[in-house]
Amino acid sequence: MASDSIALNLVDHGARPIGDRLHDWIVTVDHKKLGILYILYGLIFLVIGGIEALIMRIQLIVPHNHFVSPEVFNRMFTMHGTTMIFFVAMPILFGFGTYLIPLMIGTRDMAFPRLNAFSFWLTAFGGLLLYYSFIGGSGLYGAGEAPDVGWFAYAPLTARAFSPGHSTDFWTLGLLVSGFGSIGTAVNFITTILCMRCPGMTLGKMPLLAWLNLIMGGMVILAISPLTAAQTMLSIDRYLGGHFFDAQAGGSAVLWMHFFWIFGHPEVYILVVPAFAFASEIIPVFSRKPIFGYPVMVGATVGIGFISFSVWAHHMFTVGMSSYGNTFFTVTTMAIAVPTGIKIFNWVGTMWGGKLQLKAPMLFCIGFLFQFLIAGLTGIMLGASPFDWQLSNSYFVVAHFHYVIVGGILFTIFAAFYYWFPKMSGRMYSETLAKWHFWLFLIGFHLTFDFMHIPGMLGMPRRIYTYEPGRGWEIWNLIVTIGMFFQIAGVIAFAFNLLWSAFKGAPAGNDPWDAWTLEWSTTSPPQEYDFAKVPVVRSRRPLWDLKHPEDPDWKYDQ
Amino acid sequence: MSSAAITRPSAEPKWVLPSRGRVGMFSLIAAEAAIFTIFVVAYIFYVGKSLSGPAPKDVLELPIFSTVCLLSSSLTIHLAVRALRNAKVGAFGLWWFVTFALGAIFLVETGREWHHLIFDQGLTVSTNLFGTTYYSLVGLHAFHVTVGLTLIALGLIFALLGKVKPEHGERAEVFSLYWHFVDAVWVVVFTVVYVIGR
Repeated sequence: MASDSIALNLVDHGARPIGDRLHDWIVTVDHKKLGILYILYGLIFLVIGGIEALIMRIQLIVPHNHFVSPEVFNRMFTMHGTTMIFFVAMPILFGFGTYLIPLMIGTRDMAFPRLNAFSFWLTAFGGLLLYYSFIGGSGLYGAGEAPDVGWFAYAPLTARAFSPGHSTDFWTLGLLVSGFGSIGTAVNFITTILCMRCPGMTLGKMPLLAWLNLIMGGMVILAISPLTAAQTMLSIDRYLGGHFFDAQAGGSAVLWMHFFWIFGHPEVYILVVPAFAFASEIIPVFSRKPIFGYPVMVGATVGIGFISFSVWAHHMFTVGMSSYGNTFFTVTTMAIAVPTGIKIFNWVGTMWGGKLQLKAPMLFCIGFLFQFLIAGLTGIMLGASPFDWQLSNSYFVVAHFHYVIVGGILFTIFAAFYYWFPKMSGRMYSETLAKWHFWLFLIGFHLTFDFMHIPGMLGMPRRIYTYEPGRGWEIWNLIVTIGMFFQIAGVIAFAFNLLWSAFKGAPAGNDPWDAWTLEWSTTSPPQEYDFAKVPVVRSRRPLWDLKHPEDPDWKYDQ
Repeated sequence: MSSAAITRPSAEPKWVLPSRGRVGMFSLIAAEAAIFTIFVVAYIFYVGKSLSGPAPKDVLELPIFSTVCLLSSSLTIHLAVRALRNAKVGAFGLWWFVTFALGAIFLVETGREWHHLIFDQGLTVSTNLFGTTYYSLVGLHAFHVTVGLTLIALGLIFALLGKVKPEHGERAEVFSLYWHFVDAVWVVVFTVVYVIGR
């Protein structure tokens, strides 16, 4: 039967009209196609979110600029934040997970392929709903446009009195719909990883990427659901006249903050755990050593998963909590640095004494290591509540979390793109262009986000659309905006590299990196059925065993 | 390199993994539990904080009958699943129908309670914080009962058409997990709304 389907596939390829092939992509339930759809969707929104950032940076390049109005500026920072978190970072990370998990655990598809497609299309429609607000946000009232309440949408800004029209509702609905998609994907990840592993792949022999996505799935389930609940409450307030967040009827604006951040802080780890997963797969391969401290890596990630649910109110130190609340959330925030630090030591331990190959994926991972360390250090600074009272809601905070999300997460996403591009497309990317991308983006990143800390410490608040001259902020804002242009140049090199290499790149072969996990044992790109024969594994590095029958891993570990 | 070469020649113990349906359903239940937790927290946080009447103790009565119905439906769905596992399709249909009837009675009773609250007591979502939190929490639960009843009705139609076979026992059992969860949530909602909050 397997051979029949192989023959059918070979006949099918190539000659079919483009309409049919597009139709295939729309109705597909194949995890590889859906993974690529997720990734492409995220990349489109990366461009949109990037343009929004560019508009803000141009507005702030000099004092008293009139590039955009304050109203437009508010919409830009709201849409930029919402887009980058929900419609760039999550789809791209889910896309890599959807593509890679079945391949890495040696199965032919996700546990629930149709749920997989459903989740993707929910996410896709969520993004469309959010952006439809640019057209339909005025509603019948002729007021409002794209949402302008900030990405955490504090009450009472979201009350009908302050957000007339439907812009806030598009924000709510967009996140609700894509949130259901995320929960579906998380259910699918967990079920696939627990129930679909190939024979011999015990939990202790899974690739770290599968382990970390399992943990991420659990966090999505427990963190996105509170957001879903809070958004439902907000809709009840706005459409049924409820009073959840209506202070005039006894409701509490602070309750929204708690509900939002009980989602919002684990969300950071939902994004960074898959980023850790990329680093944990790429660093060993380009250091030519197995990962250092595999069980500790898993344990530390589980620890991060748990602790991340007890740190949320460090976003709320300036709201006015009791001294016990401040102390508790300061202590938990310090505590989460411990497992994170363990992971950084383990990656460095993997590189230590290895034969480093400084190809593009590895360069981005090394950048990630240094930048994530600094992001963690400023995180500890902000986690100390007295320090936070001084700098909360300043550009120091903006610089800190962009250091995490761009310097940490986006760098590993770029690493993952270069590492798995040969598998997904069957062709090699241009190493020269990739190096240009790395150095341009690295310089741009540091120009922008290193210098962004300084106006924050000088007192520049976030979310202001312009500022007075003579406060010492001008030069820093100028440098920050210049850095952005370097980043854009880097991303153009990236996009051109991907597009050009997808058609003209040299054939990659099955295993261009001499790697050790199962996805490299299939063809590039893999056939629809992934594996002609379901593999059986005996160690964490099945391809090492295959290539070195005289010295296999399973003789030593586990 | 062919992936066949990875295959281990020796015969090893049978490779057994957990059931997809159960793991998937437990994951979904975890997500649902998190949603309910947030609504329960909001309910408890706002107990006694309404600025105007009516208060819970003035208008709420213990829904003993509907609670008994809903909780006993957990038992009947269990009996239905067991009957199907034992290839007794007729008994399955009977218990499955009883489950549907008990769930429907619960929903009708909730509807009657809401009708009384809205038209006799004048309590709506917008009346006060109690109204907002009460209708949200009880309504969220009733929504889950409705979804469950829809699926049970679907199963019932299949049973009447004679399409339910003993090999569907696994699916019926996975669904019954959801139904047990809905019942367990009612225990929490009942305690919070009718005992603690009243």
